[in-house]
Amino acid sequence: MSALPANALEASYLQERRRQLRQRLRRNITLTIDYGIMIGLAIFFLFPIVFMVVSSFKPEKAIFDDLKTITWAFIPRDVTLENFTSVFRRVPFGQFMFNSTFIVLATVSAGLIVNSMIAFALARLRWKGKIIVLSLIIALSIVPLDAIVVPLLVLVNEFPWIDGSIGWLDTLHVQIVPFIADAFSIFLFYQFFIGIPRDFDEAAYIDGGSPFAVYRRIIVPLSRPVFATVAILQALFLWSSYLWPLMATRGEASRPLTVGITSFYGQDVKWAQILAFASMITIPVLILFLLFQKWFVQSVVASGLKG
Amino acid sequence: MKTSQYSNRHETIYAWLMSAPALIGLFVFVALPLLGGIYWSFTNKRLISPLPTEYIGLQNYWNLLGVQVIRLDPETDAATGQVQTDLDGNPVYPRTRAIVRGNPAYAGFRLWFTKDVLGNRYVVLARDPTFLRALVNTFVFVLVIVPGQGGLALIMALLVNQRLRGRYVFRTIYFSPVVTSMAVLAIVWTFLYNPDQGLINRFLGAISFGSIKPAWLVSADSALLAIIILSAWQAAGFQMIIFLAGLQGIPQALYEAAQIDGGNTWQQFRHVTIPQLRNTTVFVIISTTILAFRLFTQVDVMTKGGPQDATVTVVFHAVDTGFRQQKIGYGSAVTVLFFIIVVSIALIQRALLKSDVEVE
Repeated sequence: MSALPANALEASYLQERRRQLRQRLRRNITLTIDYGIMIGLAIFFLFPIVFMVVSSFKPEKAIFDDLKTITWAFIPRDVTLENFTSVFRRVPFGQFMFNSTFIVLATVSAGLIVNSMIAFALARLRWKGKIIVLSLIIALSIVPLDAIVVPLLVLVNEFPWIDGSIGWLDTLHVQIVPFIADAFSIFLFYQFFIGIPRDFDEAAYIDGGSPFAVYRRIIVPLSRPVFATVAILQALFLWSSYLWPLMATRGEASRPLTVGITSFYGQDVKWAQILAFASMITIPVLILFLLFQKWFVQSVVASGLKG
Repeated sequence: MKTSQYSNRHETIYAWLMSAPALIGLFVFVALPLLGGIYWSFTNKRLISPLPTEYIGLQNYWNLLGVQVIRLDPETDAATGQVQTDLDGNPVYPRTRAIVRGNPAYAGFRLWFTKDVLGNRYVVLARDPTFLRALVNTFVFVLVIVPGQGGLALIMALLVNQRLRGRYVFRTIYFSPVVTSMAVLAIVWTFLYNPDQGLINRFLGAISFGSIKPAWLVSADSALLAIIILSAWQAAGFQMIIFLAGLQGIPQALYEAAQIDGGNTWQQFRHVTIPQLRNTTVFVIISTTILAFRLFTQVDVMTKGGPQDATVTVVFHAVDTGFRQQKIGYGSAVTVLFFIIVVSIALIQRALLKSDVEVE
């Protein structure tokens, strides 16, 4: 009589224990699967870049030998800087790097000023014509660059420049000036500015400030995040731009890295050198990304808010 | 209210002054080329030409879109009237070239494709088969990459949204291709895709004991797929971040409520996550579609539209005709059609997807 309840107790305890074990097992299986997929995806996303960087330090022959065994393709051996020096010998890499950097910096900084000013006027000033201008900008924001490159090329070919020359082709400014004003950047600024409380401006106006002073002293300092967002999105777009520089530049003097490497690739396929070239373009950007990752991610998120 | 007439005018002047640089820029470098492109698409303008530019009406559009279908009857035996067949028993058709050549009705047309339907052979001729192929390729690319890349991005977002150790590392890795240039990656991937020595086929060969060996960029059957994989690889991290922001915006209380109601993980995903991600998904679909229509860099670097036009796209064809062949008028017509397609698809998607959101 007395053994029964003890048995029942034991049974229910065992049952409970088994249930817990089963639950833990299930959790561990899910966890393993999750990590398995995540690691698989990580390999998928990393292998081209790792392979590129590792191979760029190998002699051409070693790259092809190591490809026969997949593991060795990812392990450095016979480390040499020969590929890099060859690239420098064959093309003006420094010039390409300067061109790309200069184009990005000049376009982004001019664009931040120009686009934020108009966004300020649209978001915080009262004036006639505002609605028309705003709807025009929204309409222009759907024009993809690719849809206008051919006529744009014809137009800039006829434009005068400040030094009196005619035709912008094969210059740095042909890659800068057309991209300063940007409808999407204006839109991002506008959305941010419209959310700043009005009281800030009113106080400044009472103190006798002009609209420009309000923009410069109050709105700009309050809007650092949106400036960072626009700067990063524009820099990413400009750094990798390929179609326009391909059409608008001919010589090495004004070419950016993207067109520099594709014409290098078109001349003579020496993979070790090409991968060294590719690594020299990619690694600096990856380092910048790792340093300012928070800002990159925030920019992408901001671009997605309000489609 | 001390808003005097003067201060209003003051504000207007400032507004126009502060807007002027951007307005001039947008007018000169966006509106003007757009209008110029529309205008030139009705002319035979060339970049460098001794001949004056002439207005040619819709000729460019006709040259792009003109299509004719010819129905061929099988050859019959002159004596018996029976259908002639080849050794496999298939009917024999007259050669397309024999019919097209010398017939003024088909002048300027080239063979696009042939199709056998119900005992007849249909020959489809086009003024510019490459452009029509480009349209088809571009739509195939969009239809595959939008769900493919979007789905991959959503899976990655769900994975790194869990409170797992190392999730930030994985997020960083998945995002990293986004910050590198497509022109550079396209070159690197061309090496990876090499059918004999490329890393991808070495790997596929190793896990399948040599039985899987796609020719990737070299074959017309797989070249577009190769470009799709590279494109999804490069851009999925971007959409992952947008999905992640959407996931993190879902109130935790909704999941708790679902748990109290006894919902399992799948049910929570189905009835909480998916409806709550609606707006994010709409945004991802619309923005990926527009980006996908612009496919150019990968194609230009990796295949130049080949093999046999298998990867030619609308933008590639516009650049090829308008820039490389310097036929400004013709290239402009391609870009005008491209613009019309992109805008109408954006508007249609917006109307369809947004109206659904408002109903919910």
